[in-house]
Amino acid sequence: MNFIIEAKRPKPNMSNIIEANGPKPKHLTIGRIGLYCFILMCALFFLMPLYVMIITSLKDMDEIRSGNLLYIPKILSLYSWPKAWSEACTGFVCEGLRPGLINSLKITIPSVIVSVSLGALNGYALAFWRFKGAYFFFGLCLFGAFIPYQVMVYPLLKIESAIGIYSSLPGIILVHTIFGMPILTLIFRNFYASLPIDLFKAARIDGGNFLKIFFYVIIPMSTPITIVAIILQVTGIWNDFLLGLIFAGRDNQPMTVQLNNIVQVDFGVAEYNVDMAATILTSIVPLAVYFLSGRWFVRGIAAGAIKG
Amino acid sequence: MFFTKNLASKIALLPMIIISLTVFVGCIIYSFVYSLTGSKLIPAFSYVGFKQYERLFKSRKWDVAVENIFIYGVVFTVGCLIIGFLLAVLIDQKIRGESLFRTIFLYPYAMSFVVTGLVWKWVLNPTFGLEHSMHLWGFEWFQLDWLVNRELAIYAVCIAAVWQGAGFVMVLMLAGLRGIDEDIWKSLSIEGVPKWKSYLFVILPMIRPMVVTSLVLIAAGVVKVYDLILALTSGGPGYATTTPAMYVMENFFSRANLGQAFAASIIMFLSVVCILAPWAFYEFYYRSKEAKA
Repeated sequence: MNFIIEAKRPKPNMSNIIEANGPKPKHLTIGRIGLYCFILMCALFFLMPLYVMIITSLKDMDEIRSGNLLYIPKILSLYSWPKAWSEACTGFVCEGLRPGLINSLKITIPSVIVSVSLGALNGYALAFWRFKGAYFFFGLCLFGAFIPYQVMVYPLLKIESAIGIYSSLPGIILVHTIFGMPILTLIFRNFYASLPIDLFKAARIDGGNFLKIFFYVIIPMSTPITIVAIILQVTGIWNDFLLGLIFAGRDNQPMTVQLNNIVQVDFGVAEYNVDMAATILTSIVPLAVYFLSGRWFVRGIAAGAIKG
Repeated sequence: MFFTKNLASKIALLPMIIISLTVFVGCIIYSFVYSLTGSKLIPAFSYVGFKQYERLFKSRKWDVAVENIFIYGVVFTVGCLIIGFLLAVLIDQKIRGESLFRTIFLYPYAMSFVVTGLVWKWVLNPTFGLEHSMHLWGFEWFQLDWLVNRELAIYAVCIAAVWQGAGFVMVLMLAGLRGIDEDIWKSLSIEGVPKWKSYLFVILPMIRPMVVTSLVLIAAGVVKVYDLILALTSGGPGYATTTPAMYVMENFFSRANLGQAFAASIIMFLSVVCILAPWAFYEFYYRSKEAKA
């Protein structure tokens, strides 16, 4: 079956929709200088919070109280980082963000694997093995993407306690799988629907069945869309707060929940530098995914937004 | 016969079918049924009719929540669309460092709502934040006490939200702009139409599908807003920035007033349906008309 893939592998239907066409203009007119000034100002506005976050985490409290928010630290203080990492208090427990990071990893990795696999399988079944009524349920599933979580959390909590996984790792993984399903099914289905149907027909003639074709023909071609799906899910699940708060249980609270506890539950003097260091630590994973993946992140947005 | 045909596919889609029915549909039915009861700490079937809804609409706090979500919804969607479109147009001017600027405008979208809320809480801190910086620079009249101002706190939430979401709209709009044929630009420049006019009156209508998509995706997110406000203002000062989502969560988890929470969540759900229905209808109607033509 391999030759089919080699011979007919189509280009994934996600060309670089955002490339500029034509050459860049050479002359700098007054209008273009104004344009650059304006876009630079916008960029500064967007960068300001990140900049403030970083410099605040590097100041000591005296300088924060007396100095200017926007100035770089006079004396570099590295006090806040280790404190945010392993000593900051959430209520009575003073272990910093470290347990949260581990919990977030324990939640994110299995959730991403399960939800992306299920999304791929759903998309494949919908694109190639349609049966009567399948699209009705697909529509229902897409509709689910728009229901506010608040409508579903309590009944879902009841369902999970009934099967005995509420407030546990499997519980939160199931919840992320459920809420990730609409968008993942959609993007995989759209991707598979764009593959040439002849490929599938040839594999059928060769005697492939549902699973064989999925594993030997479809999965090897799914790399681009899988990357998009993984990026979407990693950032989405890492950044989740509400679901982690309710479904993960006290022992598995993700980083976002712990961050909020550290910053909001402040006994005594608020240490803004520690708060900011903790905030940066929490956003390092999604920011790293964003900066390293570049185009793929943008493709994820486009793939999620284009309806099939 | 019917069940064995294409059996593998049916089995594969079984999780999706079960989840769609039990979670997406089942939970709405469950919530609606129990919104008609006087449930307090645990769901109990003590039918009270639409009393919970009556109580909800009389609640001062719910009033504030609805008012806030309207302000937030309008300012956030309009803000995101305008700024997102503007940024997309700027980036579309074949500027240098295009991908750098794109990266800068989109990075907030990769951050969580909690982080967004906490950062802006610090930037807008009335004692040490931007206001303080401006005073140090000699602008003594400068005032930015939004977070502690009952009237303005919700706009602080809007600023943080627009900062986070504008890049998302920019990406969608840019995809639309880049899909515009070069010939259209050529003919527009031959006609001598000023650029801003071309963008506003020719190009914007052409990328209408992208505008509608952005609008729907952003509007659908409005009703959900929860973590951002929790991190930024915790619903305060007082309950000045509370939202329907917060009202629901509070009645579920801290006030043990389930019936009330269910009723409020059903209203939230209905408002999402009201946002989506015209769009779904439009899509369907428009497409079927297009197919016929």
